Amino acid sequence: MMNSSTVVVADLRVRRGGREVVSQLSTSVRAGEITGLLGPSGCGKTTLMRCIVGVQVVHGGSVTVLGSPAGSASLRRRVGYVTQAPSVYADLTVTENLAFFASVLDADRKAVEAAIDTVRLDRAGADVVAQLSGGQRSRVSLAVALLANPDVLVLDEPTVGLDPVLRRQLWGTFAELAARGATIVVSSHVMDEAERCDRLLLMRDGALIADDEPAALMARTGTDDIESAFLSIVEAQVSP
Amino acid sequence: MNLEITVAVARRVLIQLRRDRRTLAMLLVVPCVLLTLLWWMFDRNDLLFSRLGPPLLAMFPFIVMFLVTSVTTLRERSSGTLERLLSTPMAKLDLLVGYALAFGAVALLQALLAVGLTVGLLGLDLSGPLWALAVVAVLDALLGTTLGLFVSAFAETEFQAVQFMPAIVIPQILLCGLFVPRDALPDALRVVSDVMPLSYAVDAMQLLQTMPGLTADFGVDLAVIGAFVAALVGLGAATLRRRTP
Repeated sequence: MMNSSTVVVADLRVRRGGREVVSQLSTSVRAGEITGLLGPSGCGKTTLMRCIVGVQVVHGGSVTVLGSPAGSASLRRRVGYVTQAPSVYADLTVTENLAFFASVLDADRKAVEAAIDTVRLDRAGADVVAQLSGGQRSRVSLAVALLANPDVLVLDEPTVGLDPVLRRQLWGTFAELAARGATIVVSSHVMDEAERCDRLLLMRDGALIADDEPAALMARTGTDDIESAFLSIVEAQVSP
Repeated sequence: MNLEITVAVARRVLIQLRRDRRTLAMLLVVPCVLLTLLWWMFDRNDLLFSRLGPPLLAMFPFIVMFLVTSVTTLRERSSGTLERLLSTPMAKLDLLVGYALAFGAVALLQALLAVGLTVGLLGLDLSGPLWALAVVAVLDALLGTTLGLFVSAFAETEFQAVQFMPAIVIPQILLCGLFVPRDALPDALRVVSDVMPLSYAVDAMQLLQTMPGLTADFGVDLAVIGAFVAALVGLGAATLRRRTP
């Protein structure tokens, strides 16, 4: 399972509102690794993630996940997706939300408890989601994505609004899941999170400008943090 | 379709509704208050009350469920939960039928209260069987629910969703035979009234009120409403897209 490509993107093109938001993008993502998707807001990170999940209308190229075209019926239990805004029911309790999605995903009671445990919400189980803080809400949304124990987990800025302790814990969870063979794609615009990734995809204006391991990126650009590496790559592009 | 998922959707919608006590109270109490108001207005005219009562019994579940469903579904779209559900193995029909089951159950309760009040306390005369009145009311509610589900696809905000009520529901109220008997409508309007589902619901209620037993016309009315419900579920499913631009 290790080091085999589970997500293959080939010449992907997506237009939105008459503008090409992803242009001729090709890459592949491996199982057992955390792949970080970095870039300024509006660069096409979310669109690329939606393509991997298979909820985005595409205009060219292909995305293959676990050997099937993205969005295939056979993938719907195997791909977990956490959107940027928490997509759970605000008027249900944490447990009710998870129990509902568990029946939809054919997961059992134990999976509900495990998911609540993983995101450390065990003390908020009986609370209505609307009463929770922003960070807690996004954790409920994350827990839903973990229910079916997906092989591919696509996370759009999952740590926004979380305190540093919790952020570290969640990155630990992602690493555990990856170690068990899951494919994890995480977007972030917090560059210091990049160092926790096994591999980085840097995006700008809908195109991939770098695709490498964090250490290799820093070595290649002669910088000692990802932010500087990113800037150096962008500058090299602007003035070739 | 998967029965377990469908039931889970219905259960979830009912839990949400139960938590929103104010909406639930309005759903159940407002029709009863309005029917009582009507009875009071026609204090000295039992004939008018018995002429207007049945059509109103048909209208309340339709209007109320239309509003509730269009707003609830719109919320489901804008909160991202719809997109999430559509990325799971859930079939589109699971969602639509789940909604219809939940709101159908609320409608049944609403109909029992309204019918119990008008027939039991306010003295509405009815020639047909009482249970048939409840059946029509529930079918009506399903009509409102499925129309609301379909229409919500064309609204981007809750304001827009609510505006569909005057646009789509009021013409049906005007042409359903309550104000002017449908036979007496100008030809063109008569045709329009023929393709509006509420006309058949009101007709069914009026038949129950005037004819003893169940007539063939009553059966036809129910079949037409049922066909509308099925067609709207199909149209609703067509508006749910697993992939969006």
